[in-house]
Amino acid sequence: MALHRIWAVVLRQFFLLRGSPARILPLFAWVAIDMVLWGFISKYLNSVASAGFNFVPMLLGAVLLWDFMVRVMQGVTLAFFEDVWTRNFLNIFATPLSIPEYVSGLVISSIATSSVGLVVMILLATLVFGLSFFIYGAMLVPFLAVLFLLGIALGILGSAIVLRLGPAAEWFIWPIPALLSPFAGVFYPLSTLPHWMRFIARLLPASYVFEGMRAVIAHRELAASPLFLGACLAVFYLLLTSWLFGRVFRHAVRTGLIARYTAETAG
Amino acid sequence: MSQVLSVTNLRKSYGATVAVDGLSFEVASNEIVGLLGPNGAGKTTTINMILGVLEPTSGSIRIEGVDLAAQRSRALEYTNFAAVYAPLPGNLTVQQNLRIFGLLYGVKDLSRRIEDLLRQYNLERFRDAKCGVLSSGEQTRVCLAKAMLNQPQLLLLDEPTASLDPAKAVDIRRLIVDFAAHSTGGVLWTSHNMYEVQEVCHRVLFLSRGRILLEGDPKSLPREHGMDSLEELFIAVAREPLALERT
Repeated sequence: MALHRIWAVVLRQFFLLRGSPARILPLFAWVAIDMVLWGFISKYLNSVASAGFNFVPMLLGAVLLWDFMVRVMQGVTLAFFEDVWTRNFLNIFATPLSIPEYVSGLVISSIATSSVGLVVMILLATLVFGLSFFIYGAMLVPFLAVLFLLGIALGILGSAIVLRLGPAAEWFIWPIPALLSPFAGVFYPLSTLPHWMRFIARLLPASYVFEGMRAVIAHRELAASPLFLGACLAVFYLLLTSWLFGRVFRHAVRTGLIARYTAETAG
Repeated sequence: MSQVLSVTNLRKSYGATVAVDGLSFEVASNEIVGLLGPNGAGKTTTINMILGVLEPTSGSIRIEGVDLAAQRSRALEYTNFAAVYAPLPGNLTVQQNLRIFGLLYGVKDLSRRIEDLLRQYNLERFRDAKCGVLSSGEQTRVCLAKAMLNQPQLLLLDEPTASLDPAKAVDIRRLIVDFAAHSTGGVLWTSHNMYEVQEVCHRVLFLSRGRILLEGDPKSLPREHGMDSLEELFIAVAREPLALERT
């Protein structure tokens, strides 16, 4: 892999962000609104629930972690969509850029953009609503790592879907996090779910993170093996979706889709 | 003259439809080869296969001796292209686009190269303008500047002057002829402007239904087939390819 080509993909995102407030604002605006909304809901619940139970780390912390994963996913898909929107596939894929280099560029762009959202969320959650990350202890690192890997995998999956089905399929991608959230157990234990939903939840790395988070907050013993399983699943999905993207790209090159990628010709 | 492009038995089919049917040709360094033919003849399909964005059904493409199928990235380092249907992203400035594509092609001393191209293509005053707000002629010049970034051994041009007025087209043709004359690169050029082809191309390939029907010097080829001009020959290829196949 050539670092200068990966850097080109990242630099393109930097140029776009630098020149467009409309792109900078969404990096933190929606997650900030989520923090404010769930911060006040958590505070209200603290005031009406039995004394001693703190909803802030339970709800606000969960929203923060979930939003982080969503931002990571969107960081990848938005960087990819820039090439869809500008019909740039012919220009970039006729260069020496390889697919691993392209995907690496998307992932690095996502790390940069999702970090902005994460910092804003952490600042709001700690300074305004008193969320202390000490309550999660060292487990915060694997929690974020698993969600980061899952976010990247979902972003690559979304990009592969749009590459295969055409620009109109973009509208399949935006609701993916909302579709997954009931199964991930962001706000409630998986035991709340019916059996069939629990089965799907077990396939989602995020469900192990949120179960682990609740265990840490409740000072229950956190078994390492479920979180390790979640991490393995996240790595597996990352490899699977990367392979899928490569397959879809090869299909697009075989059929000529790359050369004439428009809403009319894709699909 | 060394070959910068060697295409052998190139074929592309979509199910039962054959778009390109066993093409074989070469482009030498310092040579400008015109790829001509009516709409649907297979010109753009051929160019897309040489650019690595369309996989051939069979056949081989070698750029500077490097097999495109086996070493895609290495082969594409020697190429670049400009096409009327592939403008650069309109939401980036001229300079930003040139920097990004310069990095993708691994151009050494990129800042200086960008300055040279901005000057050469008369784009200095547009350096900070977003490509999307430029006129079609200005966008064509930016695309050509991008195509020259890596001083390619093989330059592919798909109707590069289609959106230009005659005065601008003359300037662009002169730049491309200069490139072929003073670099070690070769050019594969498609155009529907037969005057232009006759002026700049050393050799032309007439395609019809995915096959090379005629090949030769654009200045003498019409006479060899009993036509007065290249345009007349083009029309004959488009309307009665079978009759020409027999001549």
